[in-house]
Amino acid sequence: MNLRSAALGSWWPGFLLLLCAAALSIFLMAPLGTLLLGSVVDEQWHWSLSRFAEFAATPGVGEAIWNTLWVAALVTLITVPLAFVYAYAIQRACVPLKGVWRLIGVSALMGPSLIGAISFIQWFGNQGVFKSWLGGYTVYGPIGITMATVYASFPHALMLLVVALATTDGRLYEAADALGASRWRKFMTISLPSAKYGLISACMVVFSYSVSEFGIPKVIGGNFPVLAVEIYIQVVGMHNFGRGAVVALLLLVPVLVAFVADWHVQRKQQSTLTARAVPYVPRPDWRRDAPLLGFCVLVGIVMLSMLGMAVYASLVRFWPYNLELTLDHYIFGLSEAGVLSAYLNSLKIAALTTLVGTPFIFATAYLVDKTHVGPTWLRPAVRAMATLPMGVPGLVLGIGYILFFNAPSNPLNGLYQTLAIMVVANVVHYYTACHLTAMTSLKSIDREFEAVSASLGVSQLTTFRRVTLPICLPAVLEIARYLFINAMTTVSALVFLYSPDTMTASIAILHLDESGDLGSAAAMATLIVLTTLTVSVLYSIATHLLLRRHQVWRGLTR
Amino acid sequence: MAHLEIKQLSKRFGDFMALDNIDSTVDEGEFVVLLGPSGCGKTTLLRAIAGLALQDRGEVWHGGRDISRLPPAQRDYGIVFQSYALFPNLVVGDNVAYGLQSRRSGQSAGAQGVKHRVAAMLELVGLPGTEEKYPAQLSGGQQQRVALARALATSPKLLLLDEPLSALDAIERVRLRSEIRQLQTKLGVTTIMVTHDQEEALSMADRIVVMKGGRIQQMGTPQAVYRTPSNEFVADFIGRGNLLQASAVDGHVFRFGSVHLRSDQTAATHALQRFYLRPEDISLHDISDPTENTFIAKVLKAEFLGSSYLVTLEANLDQDKPLVAQFSSNYLEGRPINPGAMLRVGVPPEQLRAMPSAV
Repeated sequence: MNLRSAALGSWWPGFLLLLCAAALSIFLMAPLGTLLLGSVVDEQWHWSLSRFAEFAATPGVGEAIWNTLWVAALVTLITVPLAFVYAYAIQRACVPLKGVWRLIGVSALMGPSLIGAISFIQWFGNQGVFKSWLGGYTVYGPIGITMATVYASFPHALMLLVVALATTDGRLYEAADALGASRWRKFMTISLPSAKYGLISACMVVFSYSVSEFGIPKVIGGNFPVLAVEIYIQVVGMHNFGRGAVVALLLLVPVLVAFVADWHVQRKQQSTLTARAVPYVPRPDWRRDAPLLGFCVLVGIVMLSMLGMAVYASLVRFWPYNLELTLDHYIFGLSEAGVLSAYLNSLKIAALTTLVGTPFIFATAYLVDKTHVGPTWLRPAVRAMATLPMGVPGLVLGIGYILFFNAPSNPLNGLYQTLAIMVVANVVHYYTACHLTAMTSLKSIDREFEAVSASLGVSQLTTFRRVTLPICLPAVLEIARYLFINAMTTVSALVFLYSPDTMTASIAILHLDESGDLGSAAAMATLIVLTTLTVSVLYSIATHLLLRRHQVWRGLTR
Repeated sequence: MAHLEIKQLSKRFGDFMALDNIDSTVDEGEFVVLLGPSGCGKTTLLRAIAGLALQDRGEVWHGGRDISRLPPAQRDYGIVFQSYALFPNLVVGDNVAYGLQSRRSGQSAGAQGVKHRVAAMLELVGLPGTEEKYPAQLSGGQQQRVALARALATSPKLLLLDEPLSALDAIERVRLRSEIRQLQTKLGVTTIMVTHDQEEALSMADRIVVMKGGRIQQMGTPQAVYRTPSNEFVADFIGRGNLLQASAVDGHVFRFGSVHLRSDQTAATHALQRFYLRPEDISLHDISDPTENTFIAKVLKAEFLGSSYLVTLEANLDQDKPLVAQFSSNYLEGRPINPGAMLRVGVPPEQLRAMPSAV
């Protein structure tokens, strides 16, 4: 019940929120609008579906659509069960070293999605050690795409499922025990239903990820046509922006459908965990724990061997013929070849994305949740715009940016191909998860703080500085870390926006791979992983120190 | 002139009328309780007075000043919420000093003055020396006392309490309610409290405002509201009661089914009249003593409440609901009342109070 109105505070929060809404309109809605518009007009800007007709007539299009969908379905079918069992081991069993398994489980996030593709080529490619395992089939194609996408999307599913499995009332299990329910019955009637919404979310996220992933099929896809690569060919290869817009729309549809379906399902979710619920604590049971531990070890080994292979490949002279250790790939392949500037660009972009995105996203969430001035449509509109990016693949956003900012008539035209536009694209692309993190932490704060401050004659800004921000600090740091790592590893939106001067490390990997220089590609990937690892460690130290120094009040009890 | 004056206040949320033409006044130093079920508009009224919810129509005057359109910061009140709303990252001392450190009128007394004021406030609410503790280290009742100290630290002319006791356990609730009342009397600060707990309202208020559906049902002292409810809703909401239908026989005598009872009330012969009777006003008589205004009843159910018995009775009164009576344990002297027993009960004429007919 929202009983507040314009009486609380002054006009400035409404004004600031209007500015935020304007920024989101320009950098999210306008490009997407241009994309929609661009697909339904012809070369002379008359209303026409000719681009669709033309596109449908193009040979191989039907095949690309079909390939994209069935690979995505297959990836979902493999990834979600794997991630579910892994998450189950972490949350519901007594497996030793849970923290380690959790870290290894999300390790794929530390590098660009391409890293899996590169490693799979090293393992199973033409010179791969395990080539024979594929029984004569080539890794370049659906097999490679599926394996690399499963690897890359696994952490996304895992994070959702770990949360879903964390929230079950232990009392339900006690009640089931008292009623004499078997282990299987408990699993089917308590564990599975309670994780239902997490499973649906995981399916949607993995499916969307696979549909919109571009780097993996580009590197390991061979001649196997999929939509994401088709866009790239149309736009970058043929400079056919209009056709690119049509393909982008095709890509947007399944992702948006998955996103809306998930959103719809999640709304039905009732909080299963009431304040009186007792968290479930598993008891040791080797019949359950031993197989699960084996599973974790197996998945862990595969995960690490992916990262490990990329690092190793960057350090040997010529895989697999000359295994002499060397830094040549770093020195000659990157530094001397002038590709190292791409790495520096990535650092710059990631740092700027963090420094611009974190305050902007948090401030916007704060204004939406804790202030109440301004037109009634404003807050729902900003909320909708903040949720939308989750349903927009990076490639689609990238094409929208080209169509919008590259238009000569656009006064913002000067931004095109600058570092600034790449930073903005990153912030917008990764907006939703950050927004949700900020909202969750803001909503956990007593909603009367602003009212109390006002009654005490203390300005809202003072309360923001003294109370709200300190309470939300962990969430703010988490947003910063998330933005940095994603900005460091992303390919999809930026691949349409860079110029030779602003090329990023991840995109450089694509080019190095294209020119057959897999060792240098691996070296670049290793540099990225090292950077994100360093940032993650710094983040952990920072939060740890912060919690100890300035956040003593957390975890205090009577 | 009244300290706080509310004039024709109205507010609607969509189709829902939260406040419907509310008129009320509060005198200086008075403790007024807004009482009603959830959704009755009591919280909305409090928030309108606080400036946290702006009314659609009507005015609020405080100390001779029209504050109807002022933002909360420019009104002069302290507020305490059900959730305590203490800042978890600040120690108790900083919480209490929160409004002192950046006071609007530059009356800030310097660091030493603030420190003294905080110590005095904590002393006042019975928590001396807790300045360095964090809210999480205190019990719910202690936290609410700190919230009270914070609200009063700036010496506001008006104290607003939004269900301040609802989050506490039963024992703490009873203890704190008398403390709050004592403190209020001592400081003489005009206070408005919102609650849905009728016992709380009866025990604390100088005056109770009973609300329902955005309208005031009755305003009066706790005794007046309890003894002479102005309508069925008030009668039902505050305490237990029996609503009895009767027809006038002649003068003061009314017929309830096959029983004739005398009342102080008069009505024209054969006129229908509704009466209201509190359970504790029903008296117990010797079974063989047929005095006036007594009748025989059968015990259907008897609940032992410690200090009293709550007894459900069946009698030939021709009513929709069985009669509910309350007998003090003290009076029964340990004799139990068992279902199935026959009792002679009586109704004093002055306790049969006429109610307006149903709307």
